[in-house]
This record gives sequence, structure tokens and C-alpha cells, in this order.
Amino acid sequence: MREPFEKVVARHGGTVLRVCRVLLGAHDAEDAWSETFLAALRAYPDLPDTANTEAWLVTIAHRKAIDVLRARRRQPAPVEEVPEAPTALGVPGGDDADLWRAVAALPDKQRQAVAYHYVAGLPYAEIAVILGGTTDAARRAAADGVKNLRKSYQGAAKEGARS
Amino acid sequence: MNVTTGNFASTADAVTLARLRLRLAQAAEAEGLLDIAYTTVDSPVGPLLLAATPRGLVRVAYDVEDHDRVLDTLAKRLSPRVLRAPKRLDVAARELEEYFGGRRQVFDLPLDRSLSKGFRQLVQRHLPEIGYGQTRTYGQVAALVGNPKAVRAVGTACATNPLPVVVPCHRVLRADGTPGRYVGGPAAKMTLLSLEAE
Repeated sequence: MREPFEKVVARHGGTVLRVCRVLLGAHDAEDAWSETFLAALRAYPDLPDTANTEAWLVTIAHRKAIDVLRARRRQPAPVEEVPEAPTALGVPGGDDADLWRAVAALPDKQRQAVAYHYVAGLPYAEIAVILGGTTDAARRAAADGVKNLRKSYQGAAKEGARS
Repeated sequence: MNVTTGNFASTADAVTLARLRLRLAQAAEAEGLLDIAYTTVDSPVGPLLLAATPRGLVRVAYDVEDHDRVLDTLAKRLSPRVLRAPKRLDVAARELEEYFGGRRQVFDLPLDRSLSKGFRQLVQRHLPEIGYGQTRTYGQVAALVGNPKAVRAVGTACATNPLPVVVPCHRVLRADGTPGRYVGGPAAKMTLLSLEAE
């Protein structure tokens, strides 16, 4: 039985927003969130009972974010947005703008793997399906992403990474 | 790196999400994807859940019915495309407010009766013929719908009314004059009857 879609939004809305922010920065994240949930609402009655709802939503967000990135790259010399809201990434005592720049500078695959594993909490097997590759490749992309963030983001080493 | 979920949770996020959810409901309505819109309103008989399809008001539910369970049932029976979207319920909410304020005696709302079938729906369609402040017995309603022996079935039709208050099943009483069963509980039935007796 399908539960009311409102419950899906209530349960997963926050995670999807945070994933979209890591993928796109705060500026484009809200549009990606809206498109993700509208597309999800459209397809929702046909979602199989056995599906992992969060992985399904992250997969839709992944596609929407790719659309945004492609559109962005067609624009002349896009400037990476730094979020205006100071709480957007909320690292206590950290410099959010630096972290956002570091996240934005990651290669797409690494940023996606970091978002899906560390923000959405998806297992690497699910991430491999989304990224189209092996589980090991997904794990490696996330590890490389964290390594690169450590290198480029001052203070990251102090915080420590969640494995 | 400290990209754990907890670090992202903040008041600012809650505000953003509330705005995004409102925007989603509007976009869903514009795209024809909002199969069921709902909201809750306060009333003298407790919080009421109001739900509407594009055809009209489909459900009014008392707190004792458990609003979460009612929404689950709507998702199962009609469509899982259910969102909190108060706008579609604006007129219904206003008419209920007027009714509870003693300023309205008849509801003028498009109704979606797809939750009731057959004899139950027939009975429910006739209930608005019992005017504001009047009452009938279950037997009289059975006669009204042309089936005077179907007293128990009329009782069931009233008990399963998906649109209480708006479709006035509270105006049907037992033959001995006692209120009888009510979907919102006996106290709610008494409250409505005394409101209409004023």
C-alpha cells in the first residue's frame, strides 16, 4: 500500500534538500528540490512496494542536478555560487564559504558519491546503481572526494570524517 | 569533513522546507497532480480534517477517527498523491467557520461522494433535506429514501458518512429521542444539535 505522498515529503524532504545543496550549491538546490518532488509525485503511484524510497528520490535528484549542471555549463563562464545562508552547511566554527568552494571544486562523480553516502546515507551498492559503475568505484569516488576536501578545506582534518 | 545529517538540520532549513512544500503543492495543483488536497481546521467539536479531490470535498474527519489513518485510507482508496494544500479547502473552511459561528445554515460546496456506494450514498444524498435545526429518526429517513424497513441500513449509512457536519447525519436520532451513535462521538453530536437549536 502506498502511503500519502505528504509523508514521503515530510520524511525525506530535508535529506533531499541537503543532497541538492552539495550537488549544486544553495542557489540552485531549491529548484532541483522542487523538480525532484514534482517528478516523484508524478511517478509515485507506480513506485514498486519493494523500492527504497530514499534511493528512488536521490536518483531523481541526481538526474535533475545533472540537467542543471549541463545547463550551467552551456552558460558563459559560470561563477560558482556561495550560499547566502550562513547555516546552510552548519559546520560549527568552520568557514562555510571555504567548505562550499571545496565541495563545488570536486569532480562531479566525487561530489555525487560524497552527497549520496555522507548526506543521504545510501550504501555504496545503491550509489553504484545511481552513478552507473561498480560498488568499488562508488566507494573509491567517495573516499577520493573526502581526501580532496581534506586537502582543500582548512580545518577539515580537525573535524574528522565519518566512514 | 563533517557532512553528517545532524549538522545540516537548522531552523533556517525548516523555514526553507516549509516554503518549498508550499511551492510543491502549488506546482502539483497547476500540473494536475494534486489528487487529494487536505488541511486541518479548529472547531468547537475539535480539529477537523478536510480533504478534497479536484471534484470537490471528499472527506471531513473528526480527531477521534485519527487523521493519519484517514489519510492512509484516502491514499489507498482514491490516490496516494496526497498533499497538505490548504488553498483548495479555503471555501469549505470558511463555510464551516460560518456554520459554527451560527451564520450559515446550508453548505454550498461541490462534494465528491466517491467514498460511498449504493444505498449508503443514496441515504447520504437525502440527508441535507433535513433542514438546519430539525431532526428525523432513522425510521423516518428510511421512509424518506423509499425503503421504510431499512432502519438499520440507514443507521449504517449515517455512521459511515464520509462528510459529517457538511452532510448532516447528526440530525438523525433514535426513535426514543436519544441521539444515537455518531462518527464524532456522542458529545460532538450533542454540540451540533444544541448549536442548531439556538
